[in-house]
Amino acid sequence: MKEYALILISTVLVNNFVLVKFLGLCPFMGVSRKLETAVGMGLATTFVLTLSSVCSFLINEYLLIPLDLTFLRTIAFILVIAVVVQFTEVVLHKTSPVLYQVLGIFLPLITTNCAVLGVALLNVQEQHGFVESALYGFGAASGFSLVLVLFAAVRERVTVSDVPEPFQGNAIALITAGLMSMAFMGFAGLVAS
Amino acid sequence: MLTAVLAISILALIFGLLLGYAAVRFKVEGDPIVDKVDALLPQTQCGQCGFPGCRPYAEAIAADEAEINLCPPGGETTMIALSDLLGKDPVPLEGVAAEEKPVAYAFIDEQECIGCTLCIQACPVDAILGAAKQMHTVIKSECTGCELCLPPCPVECIHMIPEKSDINSWKWSIPTEGELGEPTATKAAG
Repeated sequence: MKEYALILISTVLVNNFVLVKFLGLCPFMGVSRKLETAVGMGLATTFVLTLSSVCSFLINEYLLIPLDLTFLRTIAFILVIAVVVQFTEVVLHKTSPVLYQVLGIFLPLITTNCAVLGVALLNVQEQHGFVESALYGFGAASGFSLVLVLFAAVRERVTVSDVPEPFQGNAIALITAGLMSMAFMGFAGLVAS
Repeated sequence: MLTAVLAISILALIFGLLLGYAAVRFKVEGDPIVDKVDALLPQTQCGQCGFPGCRPYAEAIAADEAEINLCPPGGETTMIALSDLLGKDPVPLEGVAAEEKPVAYAFIDEQECIGCTLCIQACPVDAILGAAKQMHTVIKSECTGCELCLPPCPVECIHMIPEKSDINSWKWSIPTEGELGEPTATKAAG
């Protein structure tokens, strides 16, 4: 039980995928302009990441390893992720139109989120089991959602403040992201102690 | 090598079947009334109704959020067709749509045109021909007379020319109060 809690804390805070591992930066910069969309993106990513993490574990464990095809890992995982995203979109459209409307275009965009593939590959690299893979995916997605929402909140305030002309727009956003990343570096000693 | 190709192909096949099944099993029926309303609208995407195109206007009509009399290009014919379809009472045209205008098409004064391509971008039906720094012209048969190209033109070289009536398009003019006769077409041309 203790190691499961450790996996969660370490993926959400210590080894945060966006601010420490620098994965999934594209949606981090792209959909953080408004708090609402950031929350929607966070929800969608959490769902897809957990599901695709489990699916790619199953594919790896019961198809690639028995057939000795581990060199096909990347392409097989990309296939799995694309299918999971597409399937989620279709099912969601039918079962929950409200959530589908909220997530909108962000749902298909998750396919190209490198954090999703990163989690699947890191699961293999760190030899996680089934539950660990699911937790790792969920933790990574929670960390992603957390910093996305925080960053969106910061950005909403930055846009209305008096920013010097050379720093306006994306420049100040990148500087903000850098500062947040440095703040998250402060968690680095948390687990070791 | 063969197993690799086979494994990936079979995996892709299974996923494809799964997605195909999901697409059929979880098929979402679009709102059929929106499609029917959309089919009646003129599809000029001119935005004069206040919505960003014909489809959004159709959705608003279907959701009972908009009146059926806001479409200037469609005019009275479209309004009556819509009232038949939706079982609503016909309402008189309002706002921009109400002004009775003679059928007109845009004409670019080629002496003044500076070739800025702004009107080409504004045209919803691609009726304007031209390139940057080249003189533009309007394809008359494509023009719907929506006037969307007028505001962007920086040199105001686009004019709306009323269509002259010929033997095919000539109509009796509607007699107005006080005076009778004087066909509208000749009035507009003069």
